[in-house]
Amino acid sequence: MAMYNGRSIVTGLVLFFALLTFPFWYGLGAAPAPEPDLNTPAIQKLVEKKCVENREFMRANHMELLKEWRNAVVRTGNRVYIAGDGKKYEMSLQNTCLDCHANIPPKQVKTTSNQLSQVQFCNSCHSYVGVKPDCWTCHIQPKEGR
Amino acid sequence: MQFAGLVVVGIIMLVFLGVQGLKLQFFFGVIIPYLALVVFCLGLIGRVVKWGRSPVPFSIPTVHGQQKSLPWIKASAIDSPVTTAGVVARLALEVLFFRSLFKNVKAELGEGRRLTFTWEKWLWLAGLLFHWSFLVVIFRHLRFFTEPVPAVVHSLGSLDGFFQVGLQAFFITDLIILATVLYLLLRRVCIPQMRYISLPADYFPLFVIFGIALSGISMRYFFKVDIAAVKKLAMGLVTFKPVLPEGIGVIFYIHLFLVCVLFAYFPFSKLMHMAGIFMAPTRNLANDSRARRHVNPWNYPVKVHTYADYEAEFGRKMEEAGLPVENSQAKVS
Repeated sequence: MAMYNGRSIVTGLVLFFALLTFPFWYGLGAAPAPEPDLNTPAIQKLVEKKCVENREFMRANHMELLKEWRNAVVRTGNRVYIAGDGKKYEMSLQNTCLDCHANIPPKQVKTTSNQLSQVQFCNSCHSYVGVKPDCWTCHIQPKEGR
Repeated sequence: MQFAGLVVVGIIMLVFLGVQGLKLQFFFGVIIPYLALVVFCLGLIGRVVKWGRSPVPFSIPTVHGQQKSLPWIKASAIDSPVTTAGVVARLALEVLFFRSLFKNVKAELGEGRRLTFTWEKWLWLAGLLFHWSFLVVIFRHLRFFTEPVPAVVHSLGSLDGFFQVGLQAFFITDLIILATVLYLLLRRVCIPQMRYISLPADYFPLFVIFGIALSGISMRYFFKVDIAAVKKLAMGLVTFKPVLPEGIGVIFYIHLFLVCVLFAYFPFSKLMHMAGIFMAPTRNLANDSRARRHVNPWNYPVKVHTYADYEAEFGRKMEEAGLPVENSQAKVS
Protein backbone atom coordinates (compact mmCIF):
# COMPACT_ATOMS: atom_id res chain seq x y z
CA MET A 1 0.00 0.00 0.00
CA ALA A 2 1.44 3.32 -1.04
CA MET A 3 1.67 6.51 0.98
CA TYR A 4 -0.54 9.49 0.33
CA ASN A 5 1.49 12.61 -0.41
CA GLY A 6 4.48 10.29 -0.46
CA ARG A 7 6.76 12.83 -2.09
CA SER A 8 6.26 15.48 0.59
CA ILE A 9 6.61 12.96 3.39
CA VAL A 10 9.80 11.46 2.00
CA THR A 11 11.24 14.92 1.38
CA GLY A 12 10.45 15.88 4.96
CA LEU A 13 12.01 12.73 6.35
CA VAL A 14 15.14 13.13 4.21
CA LEU A 15 15.54 16.74 5.34
CA PHE A 16 15.06 15.80 8.98
CA PHE A 17 17.56 12.97 8.87
CA ALA A 18 20.06 15.08 6.96
CA LEU A 19 19.91 17.56 9.85
CA LEU A 20 19.89 14.87 12.52
CA THR A 21 22.95 13.12 11.12
CA PHE A 22 24.83 16.40 10.67
CA PRO A 23 27.50 15.49 13.26
CA PHE A 24 28.14 12.20 11.48
CA TRP A 25 28.87 13.58 8.04
CA TYR A 26 30.44 16.75 9.39
CA GLY A 27 32.77 14.61 11.50
CA LEU A 28 34.06 12.54 8.61
CA GLY A 29 37.32 14.50 8.41
CA ALA A 30 37.51 15.44 12.06
CA ALA A 31 40.89 16.01 13.61
CA PRO A 32 41.83 13.75 16.51
CA ALA A 33 41.41 14.97 20.06
CA PRO A 34 44.28 17.11 21.33
CA GLU A 35 46.43 16.04 24.25
CA PRO A 36 47.45 18.99 26.40
CA ASP A 37 51.18 19.41 25.93
CA LEU A 38 52.97 18.83 29.23
CA ASN A 39 56.44 18.88 27.73
CA THR A 40 57.66 22.26 28.98
CA PRO A 41 61.04 22.99 30.55
CA ALA A 42 59.51 23.77 33.93
CA ILE A 43 57.54 20.55 34.07
CA GLN A 44 60.54 18.50 32.97
CA LYS A 45 62.50 19.90 35.88
CA LEU A 46 59.88 18.75 38.39
CA VAL A 47 60.79 15.71 40.43
CA GLU A 48 57.22 14.74 41.09
CA LYS A 49 55.18 15.60 38.03
CA LYS A 50 52.08 16.80 39.76
CA CYS A 51 49.94 19.88 39.40
CA VAL A 52 48.55 21.84 42.34
CA GLU A 53 45.95 19.16 42.85
CA ASN A 54 45.72 15.74 41.26
CA ARG A 55 45.26 15.29 37.54
CA GLU A 56 41.63 14.15 37.57
CA PHE A 57 40.62 17.06 39.78
CA MET A 58 42.49 19.55 37.64
CA ARG A 59 41.02 18.26 34.40
CA ALA A 60 37.46 18.62 35.60
CA ASN A 61 37.67 21.41 38.18
CA HIS A 62 40.51 23.77 37.23
CA MET A 63 38.01 26.57 36.61
CA GLU A 64 36.66 26.19 40.14
CA LEU A 65 40.17 26.43 41.52
CA LEU A 66 40.87 29.50 39.40
CA LYS A 67 37.67 31.10 40.62
CA GLU A 68 38.59 30.34 44.21
CA TRP A 69 42.03 31.83 43.67
CA ARG A 70 40.67 34.92 42.01
CA ASN A 71 38.22 35.55 44.82
CA ALA A 72 40.88 34.97 47.49
CA VAL A 73 43.44 37.23 45.84
CA VAL A 74 41.15 40.03 44.67
CA ARG A 75 38.75 40.14 47.59
CA THR A 76 40.77 39.13 50.65
CA GLY A 77 44.32 39.62 49.44
CA ASN A 78 45.26 36.10 50.41
CA ARG A 79 47.83 34.76 47.97
CA VAL A 80 48.74 31.47 49.63
CA TYR A 81 46.97 28.32 48.58
CA ILE A 82 47.30 25.21 50.68
CA ALA A 83 46.79 22.19 48.44
CA GLY A 84 45.17 18.94 49.41
CA ASP A 85 48.56 17.41 50.17
CA GLY A 86 49.59 20.32 52.41
CA LYS A 87 51.92 21.99 49.91
CA LYS A 88 51.77 25.75 49.63
CA TYR A 89 51.42 27.56 46.34
CA GLU A 90 51.22 31.18 45.32
CA MET A 91 47.78 31.88 43.97
CA SER A 92 48.68 33.34 40.61
CA LEU A 93 47.66 32.48 37.10
CA GLN A 94 50.76 33.92 35.48
CA ASN A 95 53.33 33.04 38.12
CA THR A 96 52.09 29.62 39.16
CA CYS A 97 49.92 28.11 36.41
CA LEU A 98 51.69 29.50 33.38
CA ASP A 99 55.09 29.06 35.03
CA CYS A 100 54.75 25.37 34.25
CA HIS A 101 52.20 25.36 31.50
CA ALA A 102 54.04 27.56 29.01
CA ASN A 103 57.09 26.97 26.91
CA ILE A 104 58.64 30.16 28.21
CA PRO A 105 57.42 31.19 31.67
CA PRO A 106 55.93 34.69 31.76
CA LYS A 107 58.68 35.90 34.11
CA GLN A 108 61.33 35.23 31.49
CA VAL A 109 59.47 36.79 28.60
CA LYS A 110 61.26 40.02 27.91
CA THR A 111 60.43 41.06 24.38
CA THR A 112 57.30 40.60 22.43
CA SER A 113 59.15 38.83 19.64
CA ASN A 114 60.32 36.37 22.25
CA GLN A 115 56.82 35.59 23.39
CA LEU A 116 55.80 32.07 22.67
CA SER A 117 52.30 30.90 22.80
CA GLN A 118 51.79 30.69 26.53
CA VAL A 119 48.15 29.88 26.28
CA GLN A 120 48.61 27.04 23.85
CA PHE A 121 48.18 24.68 26.77
CA CYS A 122 44.80 26.18 27.65
CA ASN A 123 43.66 26.55 24.07
CA SER A 124 44.40 22.99 22.99
CA CYS A 125 41.44 21.78 25.01
CA HIS A 126 39.42 24.97 25.22
CA SER A 127 39.06 25.39 21.49
CA TYR A 128 38.41 21.66 21.16
CA VAL A 129 35.36 21.79 23.43
CA GLY A 130 34.38 25.27 22.30
CA VAL A 131 34.76 27.07 25.61
CA LYS A 132 36.25 30.53 25.69
CA PRO A 133 38.34 30.98 28.84
CA ASP A 134 37.50 34.09 30.76
CA CYS A 135 41.07 34.67 31.95
CA TRP A 136 42.12 37.19 29.33
CA THR A 137 39.46 39.74 30.05
CA CYS A 138 41.60 40.80 33.05
CA HIS A 139 44.98 39.23 32.45
CA ILE A 140 46.88 40.40 29.41
CA GLN A 141 46.84 37.69 26.84
CA PRO A 142 50.21 36.92 25.30
CA LYS A 143 50.23 38.18 21.74
CA GLU A 144 50.79 34.95 19.90
CA GLY A 145 48.12 33.21 21.91
CA ARG A 146 45.48 34.98 19.91
CA MET B 1 2.71 10.06 38.24
CA GLN B 2 4.23 7.89 40.93
CA PHE B 3 4.77 5.14 38.38
CA ALA B 4 6.49 7.40 35.85
CA GLY B 5 8.56 8.98 38.60
CA LEU B 6 9.64 5.61 39.94
CA VAL B 7 10.65 4.46 36.45
CA VAL B 8 12.90 7.50 36.03
CA VAL B 9 14.41 7.06 39.50
CA GLY B 10 14.93 3.37 38.65
CA ILE B 11 16.68 4.32 35.41
CA ILE B 12 19.02 6.66 37.25
CA MET B 13 19.82 4.01 39.85
CA LEU B 14 20.37 1.45 37.11
CA VAL B 15 23.01 3.63 35.48
CA PHE B 16 24.58 4.43 38.82
CA LEU B 17 24.91 0.74 39.68
CA GLY B 18 25.94 -0.21 36.15
CA VAL B 19 28.68 2.39 35.87
CA GLN B 20 29.84 2.68 39.45
CA GLY B 21 29.40 -0.92 40.49
CA LEU B 22 29.69 -3.11 37.43
CA LYS B 23 31.92 -0.81 35.36
CA LEU B 24 29.70 -1.06 32.31
CA GLN B 25 31.06 2.17 30.79
CA PHE B 26 31.27 0.69 27.32
CA PHE B 27 27.68 -0.52 27.47
CA PHE B 28 26.30 2.81 28.68
CA GLY B 29 28.73 5.00 26.76
CA VAL B 30 28.79 3.34 23.34
CA ILE B 31 26.29 0.53 22.84
CA ILE B 32 23.25 2.25 24.35
CA PRO B 33 23.67 5.53 22.42
CA TYR B 34 23.96 3.71 19.08
CA LEU B 35 21.03 1.49 19.98
CA ALA B 36 18.91 4.47 21.01
CA LEU B 37 19.71 6.31 17.77
CA VAL B 38 18.79 3.28 15.65
CA VAL B 39 15.53 2.78 17.56
CA PHE B 40 14.77 6.49 17.18
CA CYS B 41 15.40 6.56 13.42
CA LEU B 42 13.61 3.33 12.55
CA GLY B 43 10.76 4.03 14.94
CA LEU B 44 10.26 7.54 13.61
CA ILE B 45 10.30 6.40 9.99
CA GLY B 46 7.92 3.56 10.79
CA ARG B 47 5.48 5.83 12.55
CA VAL B 48 5.55 8.48 9.82
CA VAL B 49 5.12 5.90 7.06
CA LYS B 50 2.22 4.38 8.96
CA TRP B 51 0.58 7.79 9.17
CA GLY B 52 1.38 8.46 5.52
CA ARG B 53 -0.49 5.33 4.55
CA SER B 54 -3.67 6.48 6.24
CA PRO B 55 -6.00 8.15 3.77
CA VAL B 56 -7.67 11.44 4.57
CA PRO B 57 -11.34 10.88 3.73
CA PHE B 58 -12.53 14.43 4.12
CA SER B 59 -11.18 17.91 3.65
CA ILE B 60 -11.04 18.89 7.31
CA PRO B 61 -8.81 21.93 7.88
CA THR B 62 -9.64 23.76 11.07
CA VAL B 63 -9.66 27.42 10.28
CA HIS B 64 -9.91 30.67 12.15
CA GLY B 65 -10.91 32.99 9.36
CA GLN B 66 -13.09 33.66 6.38
CA GLN B 67 -12.80 31.17 3.57
CA LYS B 68 -12.07 32.49 0.11
CA SER B 69 -15.34 32.76 -1.75
CA LEU B 70 -16.73 35.76 -3.64
CA PRO B 71 -14.29 38.48 -4.64
CA TRP B 72 -15.96 41.16 -2.53
CA ILE B 73 -15.80 39.08 0.67
CA LYS B 74 -12.47 39.62 2.34
CA ALA B 75 -10.78 36.25 2.77
CA SER B 76 -8.23 35.40 5.42
CA ALA B 77 -5.17 34.17 3.53
CA ILE B 78 -3.30 32.64 6.47
CA ASP B 79 -6.01 31.76 8.98
CA SER B 80 -8.05 30.11 6.27
CA PRO B 81 -5.43 29.28 3.66
CA VAL B 82 -6.53 28.47 0.16
CA THR B 83 -3.10 28.08 -1.44
CA THR B 84 -0.12 25.89 -0.56
CA ALA B 85 1.84 29.03 0.35
CA GLY B 86 -0.90 29.94 2.79
CA VAL B 87 -0.79 26.46 4.31
CA VAL B 88 3.00 26.66 4.65
CA ALA B 89 2.77 30.08 6.29
CA ARG B 90 0.10 28.92 8.73
CA LEU B 91 1.96 25.73 9.60
CA ALA B 92 5.22 27.62 10.03
CA LEU B 93 3.59 30.10 12.41
CA GLU B 94 2.04 27.19 14.27
CA VAL B 95 5.31 25.28 14.57
CA LEU B 96 7.45 28.29 15.42
CA PHE B 97 5.08 30.28 17.63
CA PHE B 98 2.29 27.85 18.67
CA ARG B 99 -0.42 30.20 17.39
CA SER B 100 -3.29 27.87 18.15
CA LEU B 101 -2.15 27.52 21.76
CA PHE B 102 -2.08 31.31 21.96
CA LYS B 103 -5.84 31.22 21.52
CA ASN B 104 -6.09 29.11 24.66
CA VAL B 105 -8.80 30.23 27.06
CA LYS B 106 -9.93 28.98 30.43
CA ALA B 107 -13.63 28.19 30.74
CA GLU B 108 -15.17 28.71 34.18
CA LEU B 109 -18.62 28.85 35.69
CA GLY B 110 -18.63 32.26 37.31
CA GLU B 111 -21.20 33.99 39.46
CA GLY B 112 -24.78 33.23 38.67
CA ARG B 113 -23.78 30.08 36.82
CA ARG B 114 -22.46 32.18 33.97
CA LEU B 115 -19.86 30.53 31.78
CA THR B 116 -16.90 32.83 31.37
CA PHE B 117 -13.80 32.45 29.27
CA THR B 118 -10.60 33.93 30.62
CA TRP B 119 -7.39 34.83 28.87
CA GLU B 120 -4.91 32.05 29.61
CA LYS B 121 -1.46 32.53 28.16
CA TRP B 122 0.77 30.82 30.70
CA LEU B 123 0.62 27.45 28.99
CA TRP B 124 1.47 29.05 25.67
CA LEU B 125 4.33 31.01 27.18
CA ALA B 126 5.79 28.06 29.10
CA GLY B 127 5.33 25.71 26.15
CA LEU B 128 6.98 28.07 23.72
CA LEU B 129 9.89 28.87 26.04
CA PHE B 130 10.33 25.19 26.81
CA HIS B 131 10.49 24.13 23.16
CA TRP B 132 12.77 26.96 22.09
CA SER B 133 15.09 26.43 25.05
CA PHE B 134 15.26 22.74 24.30
CA LEU B 135 16.18 23.50 20.70
CA VAL B 136 18.88 25.94 21.77
CA VAL B 137 20.23 23.45 24.31
CA ILE B 138 20.39 20.69 21.69
CA PHE B 139 22.03 23.06 19.24
CA ARG B 140 24.58 24.13 21.84
CA HIS B 141 25.49 20.49 22.37
CA LEU B 142 26.83 20.41 18.82
CA ARG B 143 30.07 21.67 20.31
CA PHE B 144 30.58 18.13 21.60
CA PHE B 145 29.74 16.48 18.30
CA THR B 146 31.56 18.63 15.78
CA GLU B 147 35.23 19.32 15.20
CA PRO B 148 35.93 22.11 14.39
CA VAL B 149 32.94 23.64 16.12
CA PRO B 150 30.92 25.72 13.60
CA ALA B 151 30.99 29.45 14.25
CA VAL B 152 27.21 29.60 14.56
CA VAL B 153 27.32 27.21 17.54
CA HIS B 154 29.83 29.53 19.19
CA SER B 155 27.76 32.65 18.57
CA LEU B 156 24.58 31.06 19.85
CA GLY B 157 26.48 29.82 22.90
CA SER B 158 27.85 33.25 23.69
CA LEU B 159 24.42 34.81 23.21
CA ASP B 160 22.87 32.21 25.49
CA GLY B 161 25.71 32.60 27.96
CA PHE B 162 25.36 36.36 28.11
CA PHE B 163 25.15 36.24 31.89
CA GLN B 164 28.09 35.01 33.83
CA VAL B 165 28.42 33.34 37.18
CA GLY B 166 31.92 33.21 38.58
CA LEU B 167 34.19 32.48 35.67
CA GLN B 168 31.63 30.48 33.74
CA ALA B 169 29.04 31.53 31.25
CA PHE B 170 25.62 30.93 32.70
CA PHE B 171 23.26 29.63 30.07
CA ILE B 172 19.89 31.28 30.45
CA THR B 173 18.21 28.42 28.54
CA ASP B 174 19.33 26.04 31.31
CA LEU B 175 17.26 27.99 33.77
CA ILE B 176 14.32 28.44 31.39
CA ILE B 177 14.05 24.78 30.46
CA LEU B 178 14.15 23.70 34.08
CA ALA B 179 11.55 26.27 35.13
CA THR B 180 9.20 25.53 32.23
CA VAL B 181 9.40 21.75 32.63
CA LEU B 182 8.59 22.26 36.28
CA TYR B 183 5.65 24.44 35.29
CA LEU B 184 4.35 21.86 32.81
CA LEU B 185 4.68 19.20 35.50
CA LEU B 186 3.06 21.21 38.29
CA ARG B 187 0.25 22.17 35.94
CA ARG B 188 -0.63 18.50 35.63
CA VAL B 189 -0.27 17.87 39.35
CA CYS B 190 -1.99 20.93 40.78
CA ILE B 191 -4.97 21.46 38.48
CA PRO B 192 -7.48 18.72 39.41
CA GLN B 193 -8.90 18.39 35.89
CA MET B 194 -5.40 18.08 34.42
CA ARG B 195 -4.42 15.56 37.02
CA TYR B 196 -7.52 13.50 36.25
CA ILE B 197 -6.70 13.20 32.55
CA SER B 198 -2.94 12.72 32.98
CA LEU B 199 -1.46 9.32 32.39
CA PRO B 200 2.00 7.85 33.03
CA ALA B 201 2.75 8.60 29.36
CA ASP B 202 2.22 12.29 30.13
CA TYR B 203 4.42 12.35 33.22
CA PHE B 204 7.21 10.12 31.97
CA PRO B 205 8.63 12.44 29.26
CA LEU B 206 8.42 15.37 31.67
CA PHE B 207 10.34 13.46 34.32
CA VAL B 208 12.93 12.28 31.81
CA ILE B 209 13.44 15.78 30.43
CA PHE B 210 13.59 17.16 33.95
CA GLY B 211 16.21 14.53 34.78
CA ILE B 212 18.20 15.38 31.67
CA ALA B 213 18.14 19.08 32.43
CA LEU B 214 18.96 18.60 36.08
CA SER B 215 21.83 16.18 35.44
CA GLY B 216 23.20 18.42 32.70
CA ILE B 217 23.03 21.52 34.85
CA SER B 218 24.61 19.80 37.85
CA MET B 219 27.35 18.48 35.60
CA ARG B 220 28.01 21.95 34.28
CA TYR B 221 27.87 23.95 37.48
CA PHE B 222 28.33 21.60 40.44
CA PHE B 223 29.77 18.13 39.90
CA LYS B 224 32.19 18.80 37.10
CA VAL B 225 33.39 16.18 34.72
CA ASP B 226 36.33 16.20 32.34
CA ILE B 227 34.64 17.88 29.40
CA ALA B 228 37.49 17.19 26.96
CA ALA B 229 37.10 13.49 27.69
CA VAL B 230 33.36 13.78 27.14
CA LYS B 231 33.98 15.32 23.75
CA LYS B 232 36.44 12.54 22.92
CA LEU B 233 33.71 10.02 23.66
CA ALA B 234 31.15 11.95 21.61
CA MET B 235 33.51 12.38 18.66
CA GLY B 236 34.33 8.68 18.84
CA LEU B 237 30.64 7.95 18.49
CA VAL B 238 30.04 10.22 15.51
CA THR B 239 33.14 9.06 13.65
CA PHE B 240 32.25 5.40 14.33
CA LYS B 241 35.56 4.90 16.12
CA PRO B 242 34.25 4.58 19.66
CA VAL B 243 36.71 5.37 22.41
CA LEU B 244 36.14 5.28 26.11
CA PRO B 245 38.23 7.93 27.84
CA GLU B 246 39.02 7.38 31.50
CA GLY B 247 37.76 9.53 34.30
CA ILE B 248 34.30 10.67 33.23
CA GLY B 249 32.07 10.98 36.27
CA VAL B 250 28.99 8.82 36.71
CA ILE B 251 26.74 11.88 36.41
CA PHE B 252 27.67 12.07 32.74
CA TYR B 253 26.51 8.51 32.18
CA ILE B 254 23.23 9.29 33.95
CA HIS B 255 22.75 12.31 31.69
CA LEU B 256 23.63 10.32 28.57
CA PHE B 257 21.42 7.38 29.46
CA LEU B 258 18.43 9.60 30.14
CA VAL B 259 18.96 11.22 26.74
CA CYS B 260 19.13 7.76 25.16
CA VAL B 261 15.94 6.75 26.96
CA LEU B 262 14.22 9.84 25.61
CA PHE B 263 15.44 9.11 22.07
CA ALA B 264 14.41 5.47 22.17
CA TYR B 265 11.06 6.27 23.78
CA PHE B 266 10.34 9.10 21.36
CA PRO B 267 8.82 7.22 18.38
CA PHE B 268 6.38 5.33 20.58
CA SER B 269 5.07 8.27 22.56
CA LYS B 270 3.18 11.53 22.43
CA LEU B 271 6.49 13.18 21.64
CA MET B 272 5.85 12.20 18.04
CA HIS B 273 3.85 15.42 17.80
CA MET B 274 7.15 16.68 16.41
CA ALA B 275 6.40 14.85 13.15
CA GLY B 276 2.65 14.70 13.66
CA ILE B 277 2.12 18.44 13.49
CA PHE B 278 3.23 18.36 9.85
CA MET B 279 0.92 15.46 9.05
CA ALA B 280 -2.22 16.68 10.76
CA PRO B 281 -4.94 17.06 8.09
CA THR B 282 -6.57 19.79 10.16
CA ARG B 283 -3.37 21.80 9.66
CA ASN B 284 -1.84 20.75 6.37
CA LEU B 285 -4.87 20.90 4.09
CA ALA B 286 -5.85 24.02 2.21
CA ASN B 287 -9.36 25.26 2.88
CA ASP B 288 -10.31 25.08 -0.80
CA SER B 289 -13.31 22.81 -0.62
CA ARG B 290 -15.39 25.32 -2.59
CA ALA B 291 -12.86 25.39 -5.42
CA ARG B 292 -11.60 21.84 -5.58
CA ARG B 293 -13.27 18.54 -4.94
CA HIS B 294 -11.61 16.44 -2.26
CA VAL B 295 -11.87 12.83 -3.32
CA ASN B 296 -11.72 10.25 -0.59
CA PRO B 297 -8.69 8.17 -1.53
CA TRP B 298 -10.17 5.02 -0.10
CA ASN B 299 -13.22 5.27 -2.33
CA TYR B 300 -13.64 1.79 -3.77
CA PRO B 301 -14.00 1.78 -7.55
CA VAL B 302 -17.68 0.85 -7.50
CA LYS B 303 -18.90 -0.98 -10.61
CA VAL B 304 -21.88 1.00 -11.84
CA HIS B 305 -24.51 -0.05 -14.33
CA THR B 306 -26.19 3.05 -15.72
CA TYR B 307 -29.73 3.02 -17.06
CA ALA B 308 -28.38 3.62 -20.55
CA ASP B 309 -26.29 0.46 -20.25
CA TYR B 310 -29.24 -1.37 -18.76
CA GLU B 311 -31.46 -0.44 -21.65
CA ALA B 312 -28.79 -1.35 -24.17
CA GLU B 313 -28.67 -4.78 -22.59
CA PHE B 314 -32.35 -5.45 -21.98
CA GLY B 315 -34.07 -2.90 -24.26
CA ARG B 316 -35.16 -5.43 -26.84
CA LYS B 317 -36.66 -7.72 -24.23
CA MET B 318 -38.35 -4.77 -22.58
CA GLU B 319 -39.88 -3.71 -25.86
CA GLU B 320 -41.03 -7.22 -26.58
CA ALA B 321 -42.72 -7.25 -23.21
CA GLY B 322 -44.33 -3.92 -24.02
CA LEU B 323 -42.40 -1.87 -21.49
CA PRO B 324 -41.62 1.77 -22.32
CA VAL B 325 -38.01 2.44 -23.34
CA GLU B 326 -36.13 5.67 -23.93
CA ASN B 327 -34.38 4.64 -27.12
CA SER B 328 -36.37 2.14 -29.01
CA GLN B 329 -34.04 -0.43 -30.49
CA ALA B 330 -36.78 -1.65 -32.80
CA LYS B 331 -36.62 1.66 -34.62
CA VAL B 332 -32.82 1.49 -34.87
CA SER B 333 -32.61 -1.99 -36.16
